Amino acid sequence: MILDRIVSHDRPRNRGLAIVLIAILVGLALTPFIFPGTKALNVAAKVIVFVVLAASFDLLLGYTGIVSFAHTMFFGIGAYGIAIASTRLGPTWGALAAGALGALALSALLSFVIGLFSLRVRAIFFAMITLAVASAFLTLASQLSEITGGEDGLTFKVPAALQPSTEYASAPFLGASIDGRFLSYYLLFFVALLLVLALLRIVNSPFGRVLQAIRENDFRAEAIGYRTVVYRTIASVASALFATLAGVLLALWLRYNGPDTTLSFEIMLDVLLIVVIGGMGTIYGAVVGSVLLVLAQNYLQDLMKVGAASVQDIPVLSQIVSPDRWLLWLGILFVLSVYYFPNGVVGRLRAMHRPPPPAPSART
Amino acid sequence: MSDLPAVPPAGLAPAAAEALPQSRFDFLPLLLLAAIALIAWPMVGSSSTWLTLTFAGLAMGMIVFIAASGLTLVFGLMDVLNFGHSLFIALGAYIATSVFAATLGWTSVASLAPTLAAVGLAMLAAMLLGGVFGLGFERIIVRPVYGQHLKQILVTIGGAIVGEELIKVVWGPAQIPLPLPEALRGSILIGDAAVEKFRLVAVVVGLVVLAALLWMLNRTKIGLLIRAGVQDREMVESLGYRIRRLFVGVFAAGSALAGLGGALWGMNQQIVIPQIGGQVNVLLFIVIIIGGLGSTLGCLVGALVVGLLTNYVGFLAPKLTMFSSIGLMVAVLIWRPQGLYPVTSR
Amino acid sequence: MSEVLLSLSGVHTHIGAYHILHGVDLEVPAGQVTMLLGRNGAGKTTTLRTIMGLWSASAGRLTFDGRRIGGPAEPGAKADSPRTPEIARLGIAYVPENMGIFADLTVRENMLLAARDARNAAELDTTRLEWLFSLFPALRKFWLYPAGKLSGGQKQMLAIARAMVEPRRLLLIDEPSKGLAPAIVQNLISALRELKSTATTVLLVEQNFAVAKALGDRVAVMDDGRVVHRGDMAPLAEDEGLQHKLLGLSLATHH
Repeated sequence: MILDRIVSHDRPRNRGLAIVLIAILVGLALTPFIFPGTKALNVAAKVIVFVVLAASFDLLLGYTGIVSFAHTMFFGIGAYGIAIASTRLGPTWGALAAGALGALALSALLSFVIGLFSLRVRAIFFAMITLAVASAFLTLASQLSEITGGEDGLTFKVPAALQPSTEYASAPFLGASIDGRFLSYYLLFFVALLLVLALLRIVNSPFGRVLQAIRENDFRAEAIGYRTVVYRTIASVASALFATLAGVLLALWLRYNGPDTTLSFEIMLDVLLIVVIGGMGTIYGAVVGSVLLVLAQNYLQDLMKVGAASVQDIPVLSQIVSPDRWLLWLGILFVLSVYYFPNGVVGRLRAMHRPPPPAPSART
Repeated sequence: MSDLPAVPPAGLAPAAAEALPQSRFDFLPLLLLAAIALIAWPMVGSSSTWLTLTFAGLAMGMIVFIAASGLTLVFGLMDVLNFGHSLFIALGAYIATSVFAATLGWTSVASLAPTLAAVGLAMLAAMLLGGVFGLGFERIIVRPVYGQHLKQILVTIGGAIVGEELIKVVWGPAQIPLPLPEALRGSILIGDAAVEKFRLVAVVVGLVVLAALLWMLNRTKIGLLIRAGVQDREMVESLGYRIRRLFVGVFAAGSALAGLGGALWGMNQQIVIPQIGGQVNVLLFIVIIIGGLGSTLGCLVGALVVGLLTNYVGFLAPKLTMFSSIGLMVAVLIWRPQGLYPVTSR
Repeated sequence: MSEVLLSLSGVHTHIGAYHILHGVDLEVPAGQVTMLLGRNGAGKTTTLRTIMGLWSASAGRLTFDGRRIGGPAEPGAKADSPRTPEIARLGIAYVPENMGIFADLTVRENMLLAARDARNAAELDTTRLEWLFSLFPALRKFWLYPAGKLSGGQKQMLAIARAMVEPRRLLLIDEPSKGLAPAIVQNLISALRELKSTATTVLLVEQNFAVAKALGDRVAVMDDGRVVHRGDMAPLAEDEGLQHKLLGLSLATHH
């Protein structure tokens, strides 16, 4: 079936999951029409960007088994590439291309070096070091004010075709105003769709299978003859490139970028939450997880306000359900996911129609 | 009956046949510490400024050492990397704010005795509660995922997120000032150099903790078990020791120390925000990587080195402060990939 | 016939996906030295580690002094099988192939660790220590030096001395002569002979047949995760043909 080939034969394998995915796809595709208002469009755009970012992280963590906290660095490089190029070279398509290509090149180089380094030290070491590197990069971006706009970041213009003021139709069509924003949104949507399909293609290719073998047992993979160095480095670089493109998309949408927009540790945590709750090593998990997280960030607080109103006067309880503490609940969900849903929402759904395999009795 | 030959057994180097093999203490990392201090001297220019900076660096180093010592032992002993360690630091800082708020009468007077009592109480409370919550954290969050590194990283981060939010529930999300008590403000003059009084307290506390740790590790059987466990956990179990129980104790002690470090750090910064744990976290990781995972001495030297460097660079080129620590880490790793004092194990 | 102190029956061990022990049946009588021989990869080390609880038996039963120490619980059984520290506390001492010496600790600290009843060095049994020093003089010489500085042979002596610092019911020793020069092996044999004289039960894994012959009372030969021959040592020591068949060697080619 042609649909099968588009998703590289990585079918959802569960009716519930398939329905959810289709719903998400349709929902995102038709957001300008179904969900009116700027907030909805912004939320949808954020979901799209995070899907790509989280999926790229899943390639690294879920498929290759590398824990790296420097991932947001590449996200930031992509966004800054667009921001800096547009600021310096003006709002042209040429500038966008230059910015994107420059960002990709820088990301490729950095991820190559980091990827090689990851193989020389123990995983735990590596995780800690990437944390330090990400911190350093954040500081760097805040301090090179001439280039990056420092703490305030860079606000820039996008090519005329994408600007919100550019109108393509004088009257709204089916509820959506057809303007530069509309175009931008669909640019994001289709590019993101292509990127996700590309990732599916990568993880289901022979290359992807070797990655999974390496993740399971790298000694064995090496013994069979696969040069793990090569595979892991390529995976690191590929993952970084996709993250960079996610940054490019974000910058295009926001027309702004600053250190906290893309480089903060909060974003790294968000990505981690998405991939773990959604399901590691599935790519679909990134899709489901992003929707959950972004919706929670934006709408859970409203939901919690309702609950909070009823316990307003009880001291500690009111604080716990206060909408500002939505992260508390997400954090609890995260911890519960790691214990009870190690394969995330996607894994849980998929496992529902299959009895779990008997666990081996070996202790250690 | 065995009669070992007078000639040394095969394998022993001939030169050592005359003298017993000397166990040489590895001084090089200490030389690094001295070198950094000495190189900074001419760069800083004035001796009195240098002295002030050096003391500030040592104080900061001591505080970081106290906070990090638990982390490195926990990792060395049970291979558990606790990304939630920063939670106990934050807890300690917040507890200090509460204690100081409750003992306002003692600290607003400019006399030393009640002030020290209040500070001491804050430190004790921070340690106690840090230890208690550490026990809970180990039981609920860490124990189910022994041996699974990836899950450990994830789950301890999750625990830290939840913990930080709970701190906000109890103390509120706004920042809380932690002004130094009257008696500890200002500096003592040593010659030309001004040495802040609080820094003095921090260094003294650090030395006490260091002495206590060293005594425990080297003079007690439990300390022996910890040192052996860091090298070869399986063998210690084969000798009949329930190392898991020991681990819980070490974890709790490490969290208590983190709490103490947090209280001191809060007093050092004079302001406490919920992210205070995160601020120090990166620094902690850098320090224990530089020192060598599992090595207490390495942790000390690493912390002092980072403390000194941060203060010197902070004076000479403030923009480069963060990079100096990372640059140092990279340089040390190139020289000794396992850290300054690697633990020979596994 | 002396009583059986340790018995394994139908023991299977899996490590990950690998099935190493395929039903080991073994009986170690009290007060004697039982040799566990076999080619590389026969499963000897795995057997010792399974006894010690470092690896779990996926099937079968291990019993020490009448107590179950390994193997999956029978339905209706109350407790799980004991873990390694508890097994050690039943009186089993383990000297692994890599000797398990704590290199950064001194010889004294290594010995103190092994002496569970002593809270500090002053509480070590001096009579027993003197006896050990007489067997292994290097220990006295290097008492305060880091164990990592000792030579290979000395480390092996330390490992064995550690297992003897307090009386134990059973010693499991894995290839003590491995990598040692012939002169040291002689010292090793003398020391273990001395140990034998105290009627300690020993299960000794060896590839060096000369050591086996010098020390063993009983012998069990393993191949492919099973015990393929068991009996007294003497008949095997005399039967070169059987040695060759089981172990792929003949006495003439070994010292």
